[in-house]
Amino acid sequence: MTNPSSWPAAPAYLPRRRAVLAATVALPLASLVPTLAPLTARAEDKPDVAAFKAYVGSRRVSTGRLKLDVPRIADNGNTVPVKIQMIGPFAAGAEVRSVHLFSEKNPVPQMAVFHFPVALPRIELESRVRLAGSQRLMAVATLADGSLHAASADIVVTVSACLDGS
Amino acid sequence: MADARIQVAAQIRRGEPFEVKVIIRHAMETGFRLTDDGKPIARNVIRLVTCHYNGAEVFRAETSSGLSANPYISFFVIARDSGELVLEWIDDTGVKGSERAPVVVAG
Amino acid sequence: MRPWWWPVDASIVMRFAQAAGAALAACAVVALTLFSSGATAQARSIALPDLRSGSTYMSADLRTMQGDDFANPGMLWVEKGAKLWNTKAGAQDQACATCHQDAKISMKGVSARYPAFDNKAGKLLNLEGRVNQCRTLRQGAAALPYESEELLALTAYLAHQSRGMPVNVSIAGAAQGHFEQGRAQYQRRIGQMNLACMHCHDWNAGKRLLAENISQGHGNAYPAYRLEWQNAGSLHRRLRACYFGVRAEMPPPGAQELLDLELFLAWRAQGLAVETPGVRR
Repeated sequence: MTNPSSWPAAPAYLPRRRAVLAATVALPLASLVPTLAPLTARAEDKPDVAAFKAYVGSRRVSTGRLKLDVPRIADNGNTVPVKIQMIGPFAAGAEVRSVHLFSEKNPVPQMAVFHFPVALPRIELESRVRLAGSQRLMAVATLADGSLHAASADIVVTVSACLDGS
Repeated sequence: MADARIQVAAQIRRGEPFEVKVIIRHAMETGFRLTDDGKPIARNVIRLVTCHYNGAEVFRAETSSGLSANPYISFFVIARDSGELVLEWIDDTGVKGSERAPVVVAG
Repeated sequence: MRPWWWPVDASIVMRFAQAAGAALAACAVVALTLFSSGATAQARSIALPDLRSGSTYMSADLRTMQGDDFANPGMLWVEKGAKLWNTKAGAQDQACATCHQDAKISMKGVSARYPAFDNKAGKLLNLEGRVNQCRTLRQGAAALPYESEELLALTAYLAHQSRGMPVNVSIAGAAQGHFEQGRAQYQRRIGQMNLACMHCHDWNAGKRLLAENISQGHGNAYPAYRLEWQNAGSLHRRLRACYFGVRAEMPPPGAQELLDLELFLAWRAQGLAVETPGVRR
């Protein structure tokens, strides 16, 4: 892209505009890198989602079997695809009864509870959620024998580039 | 408005899980938005979605404002006999909706 | 002593001057032809082979959502549009289908050539305007407001019948003036940010604005479901959002300014496939 010839030429001693622009944009993006790095389920970390902790209480929680998939970066916080999976087989009397989905930062931390009245050999669930900013999501599967399985996922949610007042 | 759409997997075999996808036309007003002059817009979201298969409940979702507008959910159901899926929902104002889809089971 | 460059024969100078003059005149004629208001010879800021639809700037998740007719929320409006098409309305108690029969046949390719100048009405009409003209003049029904569920549904349904077909509007004849106004608007700086459409969508398409990719700014997927709105919306709504984005006063939906801009944008997107209903951020 070149400026129209009618514009005065930039003084040679100023850094080229594109370099400045690139540097300005690179700085905030660079600060995102540490938070972007561990984006798979950090099940081994101590979960710090309050609603999740309140639900679990003092019960033991297993990790690794339940999977929670969200995009690394949300296109838009209004509609974020979420996928929850738990592959069987499940022992008789230990099928998945419900899956809770908790948010770290939403004003309503318990986003949804999905119930499975009929035992299924595997759980595969998809939906779309609203996220109020970058945060951690927690999913908990409650099995018929009372055991709990959890998964977490971190997601970056950015604001829209242009405000929309339409 | 097409209130809801249900898509049932094409190939359904008895005893096997089959996928059901639903999308419901609903603004899912969170209650956190304000009008231009600063007044809050009342919350009205779907709070319960149920799916019955030949009369038996096979799926239930307690939902909140955390679900996107025009909520989309996909889940699996174990195939038994051919028949009908009935999707029902209710929102904060008490308005109910429902949609049906046939289930054709092979074998 | 004459300089080495002085021609031996003065007549050479004369012939050179005549040739130069003729060449200059020829250039002027060619320039006038090229840059005058001729429909075939408009300079394009983005060459046709370089056109990219907005969907190419989206994430894979959004492209999947748009491509799946079940998961695409915009299809809810298309379905409603199909119902409205067959619903009687107005004093004449006629449905669109009464005159136009099956939209899949009669409306195929129609939206791809809108906006279009309507000779009978004597004005430039976009799809919304055309629907409302039919409603008021032929059905004796009230015009539908922009962004109403019904108008969004009908226009989404109509544009959907051209899905996959190339945008192809005419800027000849009476449309010419509107095209030029639209182009002037596209290049005009507006708002507190003092930006013209071209600054983002011609000069910086493909680059980032905060965390978003700037698209080329085509309207081939509209009416579209926009995640930001959590709703379907018309192209005029999207244009108004851009006005707001640069802190300019938004023209009302249906304003002549937006209609002219819509025509220019359609010409600019010539050849891109209609994607309605699109899914956009």
